Amino acid sequence: MAGQTPKSIRAFANLKALCEEHLKDRYQIEVIDLMENPQLARGDQIVAIPTLVRSLPQPVRKIIGDLSNSVRALVGLDLRKAD
Amino acid sequence: MAPPPPTRRRSPGATMKQMAQKKKSSQPSSKTLPKASTGIQGLDEITGGGLPHGRPTLVCGGAGSGKTLFGLEFLVQGATQYSEPGVFISFEESIPDLTKNVASLGFDLDRLVADKKLFLDHVSIARSEIEETGAYDLDGLFIRIADAVQRVGARRVVVDTIETVFAELPNPGILRAEIRRLFGWLKQKGLTTLITAERDQPDRLTRHGIEEFVSDCVILLDHRIREEISTRRLRIVKYRGSIHGTNEYPFLIDEQGISVLPISSLGLDHAAPAVRISSGIARLDGMLGGKGFYQGSSILVSGSSGTGKTSIAAHFVDAACRRGERCLFFAFEESPRQIVRNMRSIGIDLEPWVRKELLQFQAARPTYGGIEQHLLVTHRCIASFHPSVVVVDPITNLLMVSTQNEVRSMLTRLVDFLKTQGITAIFTSLTAGGGTLEASEADVSSLMDTWLLLKSIEVAGERNRALYVLKSRGMEHSNQIREFLLTDDGLRLLDVYLGPEGVLTGSARVSQEVREKAAGTSRRQELESRRRELERKRRIFEARMVMLRAEFEAEEERIQQNISESELLGEELLQDRTLMVRSRKADASSYQKEGRAQGARVR
Repeated sequence: MAGQTPKSIRAFANLKALCEEHLKDRYQIEVIDLMENPQLARGDQIVAIPTLVRSLPQPVRKIIGDLSNSVRALVGLDLRKAD
Repeated sequence: MAPPPPTRRRSPGATMKQMAQKKKSSQPSSKTLPKASTGIQGLDEITGGGLPHGRPTLVCGGAGSGKTLFGLEFLVQGATQYSEPGVFISFEESIPDLTKNVASLGFDLDRLVADKKLFLDHVSIARSEIEETGAYDLDGLFIRIADAVQRVGARRVVVDTIETVFAELPNPGILRAEIRRLFGWLKQKGLTTLITAERDQPDRLTRHGIEEFVSDCVILLDHRIREEISTRRLRIVKYRGSIHGTNEYPFLIDEQGISVLPISSLGLDHAAPAVRISSGIARLDGMLGGKGFYQGSSILVSGSSGTGKTSIAAHFVDAACRRGERCLFFAFEESPRQIVRNMRSIGIDLEPWVRKELLQFQAARPTYGGIEQHLLVTHRCIASFHPSVVVVDPITNLLMVSTQNEVRSMLTRLVDFLKTQGITAIFTSLTAGGGTLEASEADVSSLMDTWLLLKSIEVAGERNRALYVLKSRGMEHSNQIREFLLTDDGLRLLDVYLGPEGVLTGSARVSQEVREKAAGTSRRQELESRRRELERKRRIFEARMVMLRAEFEAEEERIQQNISESELLGEELLQDRTLMVRSRKADASSYQKEGRAQGARVR
């Protein structure tokens, strides 16, 4: 995320809900504010905001957007097969 | 405390001027639009000072047209020449690849990065690892760019190429809005930005229509292969608020980066020096108003194969080097060593001039590069060597790599450039034997001030060399077709012999020479015999005189003799009478003398 914007807040809320529902007790969320650490954007190749980087399990997936489309979000997190 | 809005107090023009004066690299070439010098050779001239300062410029072109390089050189020059650090955002190439690719052009990106004059960021987006789940924006990119700009204090930014986001990220609507926002942000920060975009079809500038976001300046790069030679062209499609050249300009990419071929003068305002210089052949100078060529003029020497064009050029070069002037010889047909050897056979030794660095050869087969390559090399050589004489031998070889129009265009530029430098130039041109010699040169000859045409005159089974001055602007010149020989002692123009059919050459001339000599001899002999005749007559006359005189003298003597004899006789007679008188005492006087005695006797 890059500062507290409506999109980022929404994304975080959606993420939390999804994780609680599908990955209870098996997840770890780290919030990185690029406004404070811009160089991390470079390191992780972040272009879109908000981006959710799923680092484990491999391969790395980047899920962009506010996660309002939960179906796509789950597909992106490999928690659900793509239809 | 916010500063008061400037537009209310001062006029926009003044604000711009102030901005312009603060920035070192921008030049207020027009009153309203400050420009950022690119440092790319030739480009600043075409654009009237560079790219629009603080605004985005679009550079589009097909694959391999040089966009990335253009952007990099813009930044490198900005950092090294104008103290403007820069940021390069690469969407396609990785940083090590970029660094390696431009190392051969003399750009040391690693060092510039280490010196914090340049910041390189590779934005890698892999579509396969992305899933779109809702609304998003490109703030991540914004943050990265802002961070990069802040780290080196950049004034210039290059984004290469923004269109990648369309390929990798979904939702073009969001992307377009974000791109618009990005350009607005860059403009607001006053960063001179260069955006590259790929052109895939000839009927539009960019694949995704980026040009709608960049309206200040659009430059198009083109790279095509023609007749197996690659040629590159640059065109300013649009430059709002500035006068610019609208033509296509050839450019090159070589070990000095990008070079757009300079146009030395869009107008025709060269000086016209009145100094005359010798051609190196005294009698040729005689045909050229008695003094030779004008300094700074362009001279065309054309003729079919083997007529002596290079020899004439060599004479000129030799004469110039003797005067201590530098000469640059562009050889497109023969190697320099070959030329030196061939010229030695006519008594011109160019070797010492090469050694003294008064003569420099630049030899290359025309097929070595495109026509722009040659023009560029020519410019560079002239700029570094500063000759006062240039020879291009022959220009017709350039037709191998280009069309007639392009060669003419290139020569126009070259002749223009040489004139502004005051360089005298000789161009040799090979004409195919058979066709009218004059017609085939019509195109190029109008660029030239002087045109020497070399011919082979075929008559009575021989070929003899001749030349004539077809034109020579600004001076009286001979219209005589002169025969010449290439002797051990150089090129020698011969006397003109006119026969009933016109100029005689070769053995016809020789026989005419002989005839005239013979006629001269016989006249002399005639005179001689007449003189002898006269002499003889005089002698006869004198002999007769002698004889007459002798006769006369003899006669004279005889008569004289007679006279004296007569006189003598007369005297004797008189003497006798006197005697007789005396003896007969006829005269009294005798009595007195002799006495009476005598007289007594006689009784």
